[in-house]
Amino acid sequence: MSIMDYIFRQRSKSTANIAKERLQIIVSHERSTRNGPDYLPMLREELIKVIAKYVDIDQDQVKVELERSGNCSILELNITLPDLVTTE
Amino acid sequence: MAKIIVITSGKGGVGKTTTSAAIAAGLAKRGFKTAVVDFDIGLRNLDLIMGCERRVVYDFINVIRGEANLKQALIKDKRIDNLFILPASQTRDKDALTKEGVDQVLQELQTEFDYIICDSPAGIERGAHLAMYFADVAIVVTNPEVSSVRDSDRMLGLLASKSRRAEQGLEPIKEHLLLTRYSLTRVQKGEMLGVDDILEILAIPLLGVIPESQAVLRASNAGVPITLLDELTDAGQAYLDSVARLLGEDIPHRFVKPEKKGFLSRLFKSREETIA
Ligand SMILES: Nc1ncnc2c1ncn2[C@@H]1O[C@H](COP(=O)(O)OP(=O)(O)OP(=O)(O)O)[C@@H](O)[C@H]1O
Ligand SMILES: [Mg+2]
Repeated sequence: MSIMDYIFRQRSKSTANIAKERLQIIVSHERSTRNGPDYLPMLREELIKVIAKYVDIDQDQVKVELERSGNCSILELNITLPDLVTTE
Repeated sequence: MAKIIVITSGKGGVGKTTTSAAIAAGLAKRGFKTAVVDFDIGLRNLDLIMGCERRVVYDFINVIRGEANLKQALIKDKRIDNLFILPASQTRDKDALTKEGVDQVLQELQTEFDYIICDSPAGIERGAHLAMYFADVAIVVTNPEVSSVRDSDRMLGLLASKSRRAEQGLEPIKEHLLLTRYSLTRVQKGEMLGVDDILEILAIPLLGVIPESQAVLRASNAGVPITLLDELTDAGQAYLDSVARLLGEDIPHRFVKPEKKGFLSRLFKSREETIA
């Protein structure tokens, strides 16, 4: 390795290092959602349909997440409703 | 009873078929009766890499459908004893491969062979799923490149949840990492993920590191598994070492650290590499 290489390396992160950091983040994120049951996306779709019968909601405003804690799982539903205009 | 080994990756073009041929031939060389099965239905290629493309009469799907028996479909390698290949079909019918059919063919193979190598297609669709479903051992082929590493991790998740062993609560599939197309020079320049980086992310045992090698193309041109080439090549050697590790031997990894050499030979070596 030449001295120039060495100096250059000190200043900027190598692309391999950037690759490693990006992989660590995405892989750990994907592992955390991986073990969710297959029905989760379908459950989400149906929930959206039911709610849409009553309120006008944006698809992106419905979050369905399964969290594991100890020996049980918690299904977390987070629905942001639009400003409710009172209907007559 | 035969051990079933799947060669898988998720990502395409990383070297699964090259590896299937090399490992199957390596096991046969060690005296084990080995069958290598092409699961890439519709895109048969293992026959070309093994050099037996003109001898294909019946295929995997013919056997599943009862149009031929296993003995008729298996092609015996002419160069080495103990090595047989079961070619994939060229049908475009995606449903031709059934779980029951695969199970039945693998069970029949298991009574005759010591090792069954399943060459998985890319992706996570039916062919890839069935290639790994019945496996006892998985060799996850990975290139030192972001998308390949991510897909390998995805595959590891599937091996742990969607295989027969997982579904029946049996001992999990034994996983091995095979890093291929590795270039030590580029790793040293900081341009390529190193072995240690990838091991840290995937966290499974390392079966071997296969260097990026021009010999791989020469071998495929000739239709000879790289472990059967007459010339001793770096990639061929690395595959033979991996076979030895698969058999439980403890062998140091080559091509992962710079060889300690004198100043002069280092000078020549770096010139060689720039030429290559
Ligand atoms: N160690 C290596 N050095 C150089 N080239 C390699 C090496 N390993 C594989 N290749 C090349 O990479 C290409 C893809 O290899 P191969 O067909 O084995 O991949 P694959 O994973 O089976 O692909 P697919 O997903 O399409 O089935 C081929 O051209 C092969 O020659
Ligand atoms: Mg292939």
